[in-house]
Amino acid sequence: MKIIVLVKEVPDTYGERKLDLETGLADRAASEAVLDEISERALEVALSYADSAPDTEVVVLSMAPESAAATIRKGLAMGAASAVHVTDPALAGADLGLTARTLAAAIRRTGFDLVITGNLSTDGSGGVLPAMLAELLEVPNMTALSVVEVTADSVTGTRSADDGDMRVRAPLPAVISINEALPDARFPNFKGIMAAKKKPFETLSAADLGVDPEDVSAPASIMTAIAEKPPRSAGVKITDEGDGGTKIAEYLIENRLV
Amino acid sequence: MSEEREALIAAVREFADAELAPNASQWDAEKFFPIDTLRKAGSLGLGGVYVREDFGGSALTRADAVAVFEELAKGDTTVAAYISIHNMVAWMIDTFGDEGQRERWVPGLAAMTDLGSYCLTEPGAGSDAAAITTSAVRDGDDYVIDGVKQFVSGAGSSAVYVVMARTGGPGAKGISAIVVPDGTPGLSFGRNEAKMGWNAQPTRQVILEGVRVPVLNRLGAEGAGFGIALKGLNGGRLNIAACSIGGAQWALERAIQYVHERETFGAPLAENQSIVFTLADMETELQAARALLERAAIKADEGAVDVVTACAMAKRFATDAAFSVANTALQLHGGYGYLHEYGIERVVRDLRVHQILEGTNEIMRLIVGRNLVKRPE
Repeated sequence: MKIIVLVKEVPDTYGERKLDLETGLADRAASEAVLDEISERALEVALSYADSAPDTEVVVLSMAPESAAATIRKGLAMGAASAVHVTDPALAGADLGLTARTLAAAIRRTGFDLVITGNLSTDGSGGVLPAMLAELLEVPNMTALSVVEVTADSVTGTRSADDGDMRVRAPLPAVISINEALPDARFPNFKGIMAAKKKPFETLSAADLGVDPEDVSAPASIMTAIAEKPPRSAGVKITDEGDGGTKIAEYLIENRLV
Repeated sequence: MSEEREALIAAVREFADAELAPNASQWDAEKFFPIDTLRKAGSLGLGGVYVREDFGGSALTRADAVAVFEELAKGDTTVAAYISIHNMVAWMIDTFGDEGQRERWVPGLAAMTDLGSYCLTEPGAGSDAAAITTSAVRDGDDYVIDGVKQFVSGAGSSAVYVVMARTGGPGAKGISAIVVPDGTPGLSFGRNEAKMGWNAQPTRQVILEGVRVPVLNRLGAEGAGFGIALKGLNGGRLNIAACSIGGAQWALERAIQYVHERETFGAPLAENQSIVFTLADMETELQAARALLERAAIKADEGAVDVVTACAMAKRFATDAAFSVANTALQLHGGYGYLHEYGIERVVRDLRVHQILEGTNEIMRLIVGRNLVKRPE
């Protein structure tokens, strides 16, 4: 069984997150870069399965700037067997369509039975990449799973919706995404960190994957404007003069918050 | 810093932030020894940081180890210092034990499913360690050990006790290092000492009354124990220095935050030049200590001829500087620094003993100074 886990380097969730107003790209210098926590949980799903099924190979895959190599290597330290890093200056600022095409090409090239991703990254928050990958790879897709059970030829899970839980199942190969209800990832230990540098780490360009980032025949999203986040203004204060409840209800209705 | 060391430190930081820092204050107040947390530390690789890999050690360099202990101490200085002592024991068995001894004791120590205690000091022999009186008398294939060991960290909770005992005549050459497993008849422990700090680890007497262990439990040759004990302490000094720097660095960071938040006479403390100068001195002292410590750790890795004096200098300077920095951080916090809630006074109490143990700072001066005035042969 070969499981590919998509991992992403993101600005620290608890630090400042900014866009560069010149380029529209994330300002990576604004805060510390970390492995996205949801990526770590996705990796944990794969590693726990591998713990019980020894002939499982877990590969971490990322499309990221060259500087993200150390963050991707953390996946190896946690227990993945190898890493694939797609990095190419021409892919900087890639939209979801180009990202999906590139990652799908890398997944096909590596070979897979199961692809596991987080439901959405903490920086881009697109949340549609797993579905796009499944479409391009022509395999079933189950998103935002809160429970996952992998067997040799299928994957079963629980998918929460607003009005209930769905039990879902797909034969392999498949693409799934998981949410933060799944367990915290294991700590990488010293042995894992020391072993990580000896594990296969493949670096690929767009050309290696036969992907043309400038391909104008594919539709692409274009950023038309970018602005600084407005400073946070003071909230509305409602003083209770006996009618506080009514006033709060009115406020919520007025702002379409209920 | 290499990418690999950064990854090691990041892993330690994650562990210290999640497992140590949130509990440090409560463990201090309740004198709680967090054995379950130590097991988790073991699974991270902290039980045998510079122990060889074949029996479960992490095989890091001393230079990596001091960076690891500094980071660990930012979460809880006392627990980090305890882990440092445990590592000293694991390293002694790994380095001076034969294959049978290593196979028997190292895996449990490296995993921290078994804890180790170091037993050198006695009620009447501290700095003059060669004057110990605990005796190990040969009886057939056994040693029969009698004596009392003082200030033993982890005593009562450990699986193995490395005991320095007199197997020969007076002086350093009559001492051997013997492993006494927990549960051996005649082995008992004193009360948990009431201490100024280091409350998250027990300190007790180890009492040996007719304790019989096989001669096979001796590490190295008969009479080699004092050298083994000092070599262990030499590395221990690096780690204790690192724990001091980590605790003080944490206190400095809290102080920097506090002087921004606290207003006096209409302005934040940070705008007061005397405060800025004080912070500058704290930072400079810590960086100097760190540089001296890194130098000593590299010498230990390289087996340099002057490693003993380098370690002594680093231990003396770092533990003094760190105590002073933490105490200054307390002063910068004013009355709040004196409250348990802010954690600063705990670090001050914990760091105070680092100037005393693993060889007092006076003994460190003796090591450095004696070497300076030694007449050339």
